Amino acid sequence: MSARFTLRLLFVAVVAFAAPALAARPAVAQALVADISDHLVAITAGFTGTNVVVFGAVEGEGDVAIVVKGPERDITVRHKGRIAGIWVNENELQFVGVPLFYLVATSRPLGELAPPDILKRHDIGLENMRLAAKRAVPKEENQEFREGLLRNKLRQKLYFAEPFKVSFLTGRLFRSDFYIPANVPIGTYSVEVYFIREGQVVGAQTIPFIVSNAGVGADIQYFAHAHSIFYGIIAIFLALAAGWGASVAFRRI
Amino acid sequence: MQIYLPIAEVSVDAFVILGLGGAVGFLSGLFGAGGAFLLTPLLIFMGVPPPVAVGSVANELIAASVSGAMAHWRRKNVDFRMGGVLLVGGLLGSGFGVWLFGILRKLGQIDLTISVSYVLFLGTIGVFMLMESVRAIMRHLNKAPPARRTRHPNWVRALPLKLRFQKSRLYISALLPFGIGFFVGILSAIMGVGGGFVLIPAMIYLLGMPTAMVAGTSLFQIIFVSANVTFLQAVSHQTVDIVLAAILLVGAVVGAQYGTRFGARLPAAQLRGLLALMVLAVCGKLLFDLVVRPADLYSIAVVPVDL
Repeated sequence: MSARFTLRLLFVAVVAFAAPALAARPAVAQALVADISDHLVAITAGFTGTNVVVFGAVEGEGDVAIVVKGPERDITVRHKGRIAGIWVNENELQFVGVPLFYLVATSRPLGELAPPDILKRHDIGLENMRLAAKRAVPKEENQEFREGLLRNKLRQKLYFAEPFKVSFLTGRLFRSDFYIPANVPIGTYSVEVYFIREGQVVGAQTIPFIVSNAGVGADIQYFAHAHSIFYGIIAIFLALAAGWGASVAFRRI
Repeated sequence: MQIYLPIAEVSVDAFVILGLGGAVGFLSGLFGAGGAFLLTPLLIFMGVPPPVAVGSVANELIAASVSGAMAHWRRKNVDFRMGGVLLVGGLLGSGFGVWLFGILRKLGQIDLTISVSYVLFLGTIGVFMLMESVRAIMRHLNKAPPARRTRHPNWVRALPLKLRFQKSRLYISALLPFGIGFFVGILSAIMGVGGGFVLIPAMIYLLGMPTAMVAGTSLFQIIFVSANVTFLQAVSHQTVDIVLAAILLVGAVVGAQYGTRFGARLPAAQLRGLLALMVLAVCGKLLFDLVVRPADLYSIAVVPVDL
């Protein structure tokens, strides 16, 4: 409840401050002002995913597209083939700097938003996302590996087939809800908000946010890396004690 | 109830993990074979990264095998001398196996090597055990006299370093259990399991140990092998998830106690038959996965970055 209340306050603040500011200086004003409800998503022991809200105001008529990208890593895509009746990994292709999480929200279907080259330039939409392969392969092969990668990410529920909805509350205020799932990778994320008018990007803003471990989980993770020898010994002794304890406890029953 | 695993970096249902641990603990108490075989793939299926699944299952195995071994020890069913010789072989073998693993990985297709060797091993052992136990059960039904104990071939009896294993009522060369331990050590390092599945049939059929003695002795040696794996994994890869292991082992230690009790009531031949069926089931599943066309021919893996 309190989170939602805070959100409302923020929202009112944006309306109260941003809107008059935009109105006062139309010629040089930013066409777009946006923010998100949480700049830090803390993953604690009970984490089951969370909602993040992007909201803001635009100057004048137009559409809004939001791209949320997770930490970028290299990903190896492997293709299986059949050899002597057994399915074996035959060949692979590595893609560089692939976002582990990717989500798009738009106020209008992608096709009506802007021409494909504009969408491609800003990575708006799954089919427009640029993925760079580490080695040169024929175009069809690249395309198959790319689609294989996207299918796997969709199955992991870290990519989404359809854009989410950006809704306008009045002519200039917009908001969009998206869900950060429980299996979200930790790291730095960015929310890119684009204001599009007549097929051209006329305003853009990037808002970073961080997904990180917090609480006991973060402490355990730190200890496992910083003092791995002690961690190993503690893990062994905990298990020994538990096994012994259960054995003694059951003897009495 | 969802709980976040700090090392695996995923959320899982704590009760499902608890149940898995209990079921696998029951099996390990019953047969003396861990259930790493079943547990590791199930955890991977739930979204736990494979290295974390292997490391955490090794940690959990310590608790399950201590709990099971102590229950067997109370029934005087652990041959410490035999276990010790197997263990020395096992530790040396797993060191050799880790080295071999590195070479196989450089050559590529390590996953395939693992799956194919599983299928071959489990298939052979399972069929052999099942036939033997069916024969034993039939003999029992026909009220025929029990089969003679395993007679070792002449070359085995000629081996030096003979030791008397009083508990197992054996007088054989220490090289035989050492060699078996070494071989199983290699397998467990390459396949990432405790090795009970291979060790137990070897103890029964190659060493000729009494079935009653096998489970406890196998569990005794698995304690040390899995402690070794846990330590190595924690230090070199930080892939032991203590939260995951803790939930697993709560289920496992309780399950192991019930497994041991239940096992004490079952006749040895039927026990071996059950184990054979389980081995064959796992073998069948692996073979199925190798032969059937995967739902998606493409798979992905994040390239690890050095921090």
